[in-house]
Amino acid sequence: MNQSGGKGSMLTSSRKSNEVVLDQFPAGLRVLVVDDDPTCLKIVEKMLRTCHYEVTTCNRAESALASLQANRNGFDIVISDVHMPDMDGFKLLERIGLEMDLPVIMMSADDGKQVVMKGVTHGACDYLIKPIRIEELKNIWQHVVRKRKNEWKELEQSVSIEDGGDRMQKQFEDVDYSSSANEVGNWKSSKKRKDEEDEFEDKDDTSTLKKPRVVWSVELHQQFVAAVNQLGIDKAVPKKILELMNVPGLTRENVASHLQKYRLYLRRLSGVPQHQGGINASFMGTQDATFSPISSLTGLDLRALAVAGQLPAQRLSTLQAMNFARSSPKSGQPVPMVDQRNVFSFNNSKFKTGEGQLQQPNLGSNNQMNLLHGIPTTMEPKQLAELHQSFENMSSMQASVSPSNSPLMHRGSVRFPPNMSQTLMSNGLPGGLLPRCMPAENGRGLGGYTNPVSQTTSSASLTFPMNHGPELSGSNSFPPLGSPPGIPSLTQKGPSKEDIPVNSDAKGSTTGGILPGYYLPNDIQQFQSNDWELQNVGLAFNSPQNTSSLTGNLENAAPIFVQQGISSGSMRNSSSGGGSKGSFVEGSHHQNLSSVVNSSVRIKSETVADTSYQNVLYTEHFGQEDLMSALLKQQEGIGPVNPEFDLDGYSVDNIHV
Amino acid sequence: MELGLMQRRLEDYTKSLFMEGLLDAQFLQLQQLQDESNPGFVGEVVSLFFDDSEKLLNELTSAMDQQIVDFRKVDSYVHQFKGSSSSIGAQRIKNVCILFRNYIEEQNIEACLRCLQQVKQEYYHVKSKLETLFRLEQQVLAAGGSIPAIEVTSF
Repeated sequence: MNQSGGKGSMLTSSRKSNEVVLDQFPAGLRVLVVDDDPTCLKIVEKMLRTCHYEVTTCNRAESALASLQANRNGFDIVISDVHMPDMDGFKLLERIGLEMDLPVIMMSADDGKQVVMKGVTHGACDYLIKPIRIEELKNIWQHVVRKRKNEWKELEQSVSIEDGGDRMQKQFEDVDYSSSANEVGNWKSSKKRKDEEDEFEDKDDTSTLKKPRVVWSVELHQQFVAAVNQLGIDKAVPKKILELMNVPGLTRENVASHLQKYRLYLRRLSGVPQHQGGINASFMGTQDATFSPISSLTGLDLRALAVAGQLPAQRLSTLQAMNFARSSPKSGQPVPMVDQRNVFSFNNSKFKTGEGQLQQPNLGSNNQMNLLHGIPTTMEPKQLAELHQSFENMSSMQASVSPSNSPLMHRGSVRFPPNMSQTLMSNGLPGGLLPRCMPAENGRGLGGYTNPVSQTTSSASLTFPMNHGPELSGSNSFPPLGSPPGIPSLTQKGPSKEDIPVNSDAKGSTTGGILPGYYLPNDIQQFQSNDWELQNVGLAFNSPQNTSSLTGNLENAAPIFVQQGISSGSMRNSSSGGGSKGSFVEGSHHQNLSSVVNSSVRIKSETVADTSYQNVLYTEHFGQEDLMSALLKQQEGIGPVNPEFDLDGYSVDNIHV
Repeated sequence: MELGLMQRRLEDYTKSLFMEGLLDAQFLQLQQLQDESNPGFVGEVVSLFFDDSEKLLNELTSAMDQQIVDFRKVDSYVHQFKGSSSSIGAQRIKNVCILFRNYIEEQNIEACLRCLQQVKQEYYHVKSKLETLFRLEQQVLAAGGSIPAIEVTSF
């Protein structure tokens, strides 16, 4: 992690001192080993000592937890056995992830696929099969680094570049780092303090952001709107909103710009014909109502809503805070577009990261994780496409999604096809927005919309009015989705391969992709539908496979994305416990590609097959033959990739315009 | 006995254990962990293994002895034994454990009992061999020699 181009003497000198520290790293890495087998415990301890790590051993999970709790910053990484008498290793894994946010490596003599998968889904950053060899332990430091790196990225993204150094410093201080990581952290923070913008430009291992942007996720926006409502729209000033939101890493500037957009959006809504105006009121009015239910919905519901409801992507997008600025069709504001993308990518990445990473980026709560979890299981890329097309089966989808919630909710059963995320993305709205959107957008029979939304994960039956498409055109030349064919009910069977009839009508006025329909007209025009489709397809990595282990197809995805200007977000290495981060990267931001490549998303190589399957579907349905085939080729060409991707928390990487 | 001869005997003996499949490469890992700062490491680990295994085997035996066998419990014991034996490189024990777990899954009590017998046999077998090995090592060390490093390629 050398910063490229030291800036300023202070930076250089701090860099030097930090380099020294870094050189010693990973020596001194503080490892906690938990295993009820004394033989194995002793051996692993010796091996770790030989690697110059600092080792603490526990033979019981409870005592390990106690040690961790007593000394929150005392450890960098935990290695735990799976089978222990007093506590299941996976439970311990979850607890540690929740409470301490440390990378956890599982180990076991059991190498069965299910067990390994369980480790992955519960958020383990690695899984070692006994007997452990010292070679395997030598490199565990990478998980620590990766996790820190991802946390940094999340931080950076939540910090706009305009922010003063003070703010950054403050944010960095908020982050907990272990001693070795502290050095890294200090180095980073000093780097940032010194020369934020330039340093952001620098590509280094830890930060590939050029312009960190806040991604207004569903949850974040919910918090924002809640804060605004609490203060009263007239009295809502960024400072107060920021305080109410209490989101680490969020700055007043972020809130201010978001607020501006939000106000524009509201203005636009109220300036719109009656029914919409009414919607606006209802929008505001229902916000609280929908918020709470929505917030009670783990992201899963929201996502489900998004997916199931097929909220006309247009709606979702409009509703998105990001879209506020785009009040008029063809307003073509680049910023909003970016935002939208950001949101999408953010969402997307979130979904992708669904993998048991309970660690949320600063922005979100664990709900987002849940979101991911919930959605994937039932969504197939195909279905996703269908969803876009039809709203009818929202309820069924919802239902199907809900059941998946429970299994999914617990960390990381990320099994949603990237499509899901894609869909979500296109729908754009962080769940919270969806409900609001509906009424606001259409004023037509959306009223019932909020109801489903308010349902919690268990079974929101979304009954989105299906005829959003045509009506949407009023607001933003949304591509008429036509009469959405009923959304095929997604039964919960993992990636179901139902044939979702793709409405070629949907392609309608849009650029021919189903997805485009979800964007505001100006968006559509500005975005190439290709991009979105690509995203969809790209995202259409079977989630189940995502959750599996280590061969990463992300690499495959990454190039696709990058080429398409979309990045599937940063994927974490499997070694780190982080969730996968998806980030859309514009084609121009190849750095994202590298981050994607370097990220750790576990995608099974099998996904290739699935994606090709999905691709087939897409090609059938999508009008963008060229893109699709290109994409398909890419995907099919994806061989087993080995970047290890962890699905960590969500980290949105560069989301650029 | 002359030191060189003792060392040679130790070396041959060690190699034979590998040849017989009693020990595998994991044991080499242990030996490599042993150094001047921790000269008795392998011996300590193996002692630990013996103590732990005795307990485990007793519990396993009594679990299998029950009127109604709790296979889940039996499986966890066997799994544990598999883990510890593989950690020290006791290959044959590990292999029997793998077999044992298959029968547990089938809930085949007869086969399980046979496996239990077999796993005990393997255990005592490797135990006695390792004890001999350590004795030889002690002789060499007592005579002022050092333990020759076993080369993986040599067998």
